[in-house]
Amino acid sequence: MSSHVSANTAAESGVLPERGPEPVQVTLHVNGERRAVDIEPRVSLLDALREHLGLTGAKKGCDQGACGACTVLVDGRRVLGCLTLAITCEGREVTTIEGLAREGRLDPMQEAFIAHDAFQCGYCTPGQIMSAVALLREGHAGDDEEIKEWMSGNICRCAAYPNIRAAIRAVRDADPDAAPGTGSGA
Amino acid sequence: MRPISYTRATGTTDAIAAVTADPRSHFLAGGTTEVDLLRQNVLAPRRLVDINDLPLTGVEEMPDGSLRIGALARMSQVAQAPVVRERFPLIAQALELGASAQLRNMASMGGNMMQRVRCGYFRDTASACNKRVPGSGCAAIEGTSRGHAVLGTSAHCIATHPSDVAVALAALDARIRTEGPGGERSYSFEEFFLLPGDTPDREHPLEHGELITVIEVPSVPIARHSAYLKVRDRESYEFALVSVAAALALADGLVLDVRLALGGVGTRPWRAERAEEFLLGAPAIPQNFHEAARVEMAAARPTSMNAFKVELACRTVVRALETLTGSPS
Repeated sequence: MSSHVSANTAAESGVLPERGPEPVQVTLHVNGERRAVDIEPRVSLLDALREHLGLTGAKKGCDQGACGACTVLVDGRRVLGCLTLAITCEGREVTTIEGLAREGRLDPMQEAFIAHDAFQCGYCTPGQIMSAVALLREGHAGDDEEIKEWMSGNICRCAAYPNIRAAIRAVRDADPDAAPGTGSGA
Repeated sequence: MRPISYTRATGTTDAIAAVTADPRSHFLAGGTTEVDLLRQNVLAPRRLVDINDLPLTGVEEMPDGSLRIGALARMSQVAQAPVVRERFPLIAQALELGASAQLRNMASMGGNMMQRVRCGYFRDTASACNKRVPGSGCAAIEGTSRGHAVLGTSAHCIATHPSDVAVALAALDARIRTEGPGGERSYSFEEFFLLPGDTPDREHPLEHGELITVIEVPSVPIARHSAYLKVRDRESYEFALVSVAAALALADGLVLDVRLALGGVGTRPWRAERAEEFLLGAPAIPQNFHEAARVEMAAARPTSMNAFKVELACRTVVRALETLTGSPS
């Protein structure tokens, strides 16, 4: 970090170091791995994942916090990658759809989405699955009304909603030993 | 999106000093407004000072029964707090009816107070907007104004204040505490949320570098019996057309105490003091609920597109109060 501290405005900005606007080294912890990237501070977590780390699971739908296709977990909580700056995630644990599988086995929620045909075009699916994993951990999947309300931040233009709810119910009602989201870093 | 530089602050004093010293530095909390509007080129800070590590989280019940909500407590965290759910259900409901689960995990309570309006013309840099560019005009007044405000508007701005939880907090006489270059301050909601008047760009009285630290909610015993009712075009993940925060206490069928505030209709979180005054001591019957709402909405100045909000607000007030009295609606 020290080599990337910009000194030009230090006089105005007090004692706190300032980084950027040129690319700076940012260290992220993604899916249990430490990854260093050179990015400008304005780069979103979504763009850092997709364009700099090759993790293209999280999708760019609206890029303004309206569609949920970019949903990832930061410190275990579901957030929007498009409205999160990557540099703010230093020291936090990021989990993407790529981090859910464990030892070559898909997460139960991923299995359930396949079994229940919970997608058509698939573009929103990584966000839906990340949100669904968090939903169960939050304990907000009591009934269909609650699932609808607490999944409303994930839009599906194919309207696969009934099958998405079926997949969530299936994982909710399955063996508790198969709890979702227990993969790396989650 | 313009280039920006970044500073992560660990202490409140350092963060305030950093922003105070640079007119083009902004605080960054949850980012759900700031990053969005940066990308739209509506906001143009040179630098963001990240305050997420400051020790301003926590939801605390004080010995006098009041509530202290840290400015960096997330919406989801506040909504989950047992003291909020038990003693201030209108706050928990307003929070959980706002935004989405993801946004509620990100957005801070201080940021919620500071969020900018959702007027499409404010967000579109090609349109006239007195909030974004003072003196440029208001495209909404003659434009698409179905979602805009009917109370507290001016000839220069009719943007609706978008917060839900601020409506609940307005009903409870909450106060906003800040620290800044001028020391510590405390504002009532009336002082904090400015009407647009002829300076709609000025939304609150904060100095540059002044930071919200705490939201204080006084002990309001009747808040245990309260509700937040939100009416909107979609059942979830949508801003209010009209919302009502209400708390009610009855004695022998009469209104002993009442708190009412409206969302979706005002240029600021709208405390319905006229309606409260009408109701105090009156029989708690639907006719009085409707008349109280009518008294409040008498000041409404709707456009041709949002005139429906006046009657909708009256009916939503009636429904909210009927829910609290247990009457059929």
